[in-house]
Amino acid sequence: MNAISPREAAVSVRGLSKAYRGQPVHAGLDLDLRRGDILSVFGPNGCGKSTLINMMAGLLEADSGSVLFDGRTVREARIGYVFQNYREALLPWKRAADNIRYPLRLLGQPRAKVEQRLEQLVAAFQVRFDLQRYPYELSGGQQQLVSVMRALAVEPEVLFLDEPFSALDYETTLSLRELLGRVLKENRITAMLVSHDLEESIALSDRVLMLTRRPARIVDDVPVPLPWPRDAATLSSPEFVAIKKRCLDVFTASVRARPEAA
Amino acid sequence: MRGLLPPVLGAIGFILVWQLAVILRVADPVLLPSPAETARDTWASLVNGPLAHDVGRTVWRTLLSFVIASAIGVPLGVALGARERLYRAVEFVVDFFRSTPASALFPLFLVLFGTGEATKIAVAAFGAALVILFNAAYGVMNARRTRVLAAKVMGAGPARILWDVLVWEALPQILVGMRQGVSLALVIVVVAEMFIGSTDGIGQRVINAQMLFESGLMYGAIFVAGALGYALNLLFLLAEKRFVHWSGK
Repeated sequence: MNAISPREAAVSVRGLSKAYRGQPVHAGLDLDLRRGDILSVFGPNGCGKSTLINMMAGLLEADSGSVLFDGRTVREARIGYVFQNYREALLPWKRAADNIRYPLRLLGQPRAKVEQRLEQLVAAFQVRFDLQRYPYELSGGQQQLVSVMRALAVEPEVLFLDEPFSALDYETTLSLRELLGRVLKENRITAMLVSHDLEESIALSDRVLMLTRRPARIVDDVPVPLPWPRDAATLSSPEFVAIKKRCLDVFTASVRARPEAA
Repeated sequence: MRGLLPPVLGAIGFILVWQLAVILRVADPVLLPSPAETARDTWASLVNGPLAHDVGRTVWRTLLSFVIASAIGVPLGVALGARERLYRAVEFVVDFFRSTPASALFPLFLVLFGTGEATKIAVAAFGAALVILFNAAYGVMNARRTRVLAAKVMGAGPARILWDVLVWEALPQILVGMRQGVSLALVIVVVAEMFIGSTDGIGQRVINAQMLFESGLMYGAIFVAGALGYALNLLFLLAEKRFVHWSGK
């Protein structure tokens, strides 16, 4: 339904399999991520969304199958990753600005280039709080924004987001979502989002993949042709509501289809 | 200032009870001198007698053994903690000797190092090193998994993860180990000064004063030893607050 040519794909997943204690979570999953797209993955609890994103980002070893970034492995690719738990993902002994500089220093970039990139990010995200503070001195939303800036510092080929806003309040989530969507689109950054919030999965993506219970299959591949930039008003537009209904129907059907063994 | 009031009142209360015991003649005055007499004898020994020199020697021995213990315990603990399997293999031995009273090792160290200065410092360093090693290893092993993954996904290799994440993650626990280590080193040094051929040090002064019935000086030397232990502990608590500002936040 959404044929993606190999030239268009920033990431190609083929035959990805993973089992925990003999229970297959993924059994031969195929997936392509179009360059410049934001893809979100949605499915019932425990369907292996996080397992999938972690295998793609190289944080978890797959049992078999391949994940290729333009033909290269994840070790050879430049990726960014935003964790759900910003409190444990940032380095609390470094100031916020140094957290953002850290991946650039790991790459051995010269100081002037590092500072230039930091300024770009501050401008792009319209940062108005003091980055000279330590992470624990910032609010949750500010900390997660620092995490996002750190992940984007190296100008990654793909940005992975694992439940990035689930620990934040709704007001903060809405404004961060809008901000992130705008920056990702303006810079044509390829991203993959895992979320357990259907509204967020749609609002922040160009395409939603609906997964079944484990072993996860892709039951629907839903395009989200809503115009960017998107804001709170997008959430009540008829197109959005229609997409959400389609996803919800698929979700309900897939949850009912295979009742979880007790 | 307000926080200072209760401990001061407590100390005054203690001295009053002591004075009362002296007035009521609870014990022979030779065994229990008055607070004033104790203070006078202690001050005299600090200014004109050997006590100042003794304190200096004890502090020097304690710090020397602590430095040796840290130089061994911190790097070894971090290295073992980074390889959890290896630590599990040596854990029993570490725990066993950590639980062995250091005083039981005096004869062994006497055989190994002779009756000189080296024995006292070696026993104290041995005891403190195990405590520091244990804490450093656990600090590394308990490092937040997410932080290690975050560094890994940013492209940090094992060496960078060790230096940029694990050592920092372990730092609060390392400092706790050092605080416990320096206290233990002081305890062992004072005991060693009593029983391993010494001519100076607070331990030596306490036992000498006791044998010569210089009760005032004996109590004074005990209080000085207590003040020393308290000050070292406080110093490390302040260092922890200063250097691990992010801890618990």
